[in-house]
Amino acid sequence: MPSNLEMALFVFMLATFVGLEIIRKVSPLLHTPLMSLTNAISAISVVGAILITGNERATDLTKILGFVAIVAVFTNIVSGFLITDRMVKMFKKKPQAAGAEVHK
Amino acid sequence: MPHFVQYVYIISAAMFILSLKWMNSPASSRRGVAIGSLGMLLAVAGTLAGFPELMGGLSVHNWTWIVTAMVIGTVIGVPIAYIMPMTAVPQRTALSHACGALAAALVGAAEFYQSNQMHEPLAMFKMIALVIETLLGFLTFTGSLMAMGKLQEVLPQRPITYRGQNFVNFTLFSIAGVLAVRLVMVPSDTFLFPIFSGLALLFGVLLIIPIGGADMPTVIAILNSYAGLSACAMGFALGNNLLVVAGALDGSSGLILSIIMCKAMNRSFTNVLFGAFGQMQMKVGHTEQKPVRSASPEEAASILEAAQSVIIVPGYGLAVAQAQHKIRELYDALTRRGVNVKFGIHPVAGRMPGHMNVLLAEADIPYDRLVEMDEINGEFPQCDVALVIGANDVTNPAARTDKSSPIYGMPILDVDKAHTVMVIKRSMNPGFAGIDNPLYYMDKTLMLFGDAKAFVSEMVKELPVRAAA
Repeated sequence: MPSNLEMALFVFMLATFVGLEIIRKVSPLLHTPLMSLTNAISAISVVGAILITGNERATDLTKILGFVAIVAVFTNIVSGFLITDRMVKMFKKKPQAAGAEVHK
Repeated sequence: MPHFVQYVYIISAAMFILSLKWMNSPASSRRGVAIGSLGMLLAVAGTLAGFPELMGGLSVHNWTWIVTAMVIGTVIGVPIAYIMPMTAVPQRTALSHACGALAAALVGAAEFYQSNQMHEPLAMFKMIALVIETLLGFLTFTGSLMAMGKLQEVLPQRPITYRGQNFVNFTLFSIAGVLAVRLVMVPSDTFLFPIFSGLALLFGVLLIIPIGGADMPTVIAILNSYAGLSACAMGFALGNNLLVVAGALDGSSGLILSIIMCKAMNRSFTNVLFGAFGQMQMKVGHTEQKPVRSASPEEAASILEAAQSVIIVPGYGLAVAQAQHKIRELYDALTRRGVNVKFGIHPVAGRMPGHMNVLLAEADIPYDRLVEMDEINGEFPQCDVALVIGANDVTNPAARTDKSSPIYGMPILDVDKAHTVMVIKRSMNPGFAGIDNPLYYMDKTLMLFGDAKAFVSEMVKELPVRAAA
């Protein structure tokens, strides 16, 4: 049986390759929303922050550090997904009311 | 139910991957954001519900702490998302890198102290992960704050350099490295940890101050990558594969974006980070006055009106002048007259990757009119007018021809090949980069002096008048 470390390295390797392949295909139009989206996704460290803070034996220091971490990371989650949505909503193909004839 | 949380995590990881995959086109991108946020919701809910499974049977304590923190985070986050103007998106992005990195570093620190307090032995690999997590976290935190300060223009945008800078940075980093190794060997030396953290924080500041405003797209992308990798390291420390996956996705995204940015400037990572670009340019500085041709808004408007095709090249100056909505009016006015208007977008135009696209999309310019550099460059020779608004270095023909130019070799938009070139610029002062642009002295170039927003709106005013006459 592989250890936790080996499994994690395995997952890391695969995820990095998947990430590189997927990101390469992202339209350059969307590089700004892409960055805010990946930033919101990397706020997954909220899981670590919850595990630390929710520990029955958490010391006061741990609770304070964990508390600040959850605030910071939750700000990222909420603002990250909302602002990304606000951005991608703005990308429209054809103007609805932009005059009659558009010459090619 | 055994391992229920792990299954939730698998689903959530798959959602994150799909979320990024759907960013490949604007049509599916909203779906991408939706599934990404669903994945996050699932991960948070799964963690709270499956806490005992993850923590060896212990149930969640300190609910008040957790819930209060979540509420505060939400209360801060919602206004940021809705009030933030699109021109300030680079600053917000830098701020969110700072928040994410800070969280990772704090969780790392908390785990370190908690384990020492409980006299739990820290396995070597866990300690390595913790050290990397805190190092990357703290340096990205202060580094991103510095980047944000530069973008917000609270701090000077020009590179701050001094003699022996790279030596100081290298020494600091080496000391941090030695402390890190010592901490991995003897985790019970808790007194070293604050010193180590302090060095990481300081290093983040020193790393960013010598970098100029024009290099911000690359820097933001690199910081994005670091923030992701610190979350990834947390995944290793906690043995949590979801964190590893999400962190690796963010890390590789930042990596690809920074490679694209570096290529677009013909520079290497090391050159961006340690190149002290600013100093090189100072020498080039002041050249003697050469004659330029200038034109009034009326003249410029009549030239635009007579054109068949116009390519508008926007740059950071557009964001500064908040001129995107006026440009939309110009686009409408010209399109109505049958002029074919396109936008040529350089990858590093603006202060972060894709900055111009977001601004122009905000002004409702259809995205099929926004054309990347490689595609649009073939069209300049057939184009009647190239209109440069607030862009400078990315249009500088010296990058193609002048081997002594600091930007020699950088791919540029070939605006000088258009029949007529018009450049909206405040004055002949070279930008803070200080590189002179031979484009401005060409015979076919008309300089339009003025604020981008004011000038464009005067041109727009001219257009309907002529139509009526």
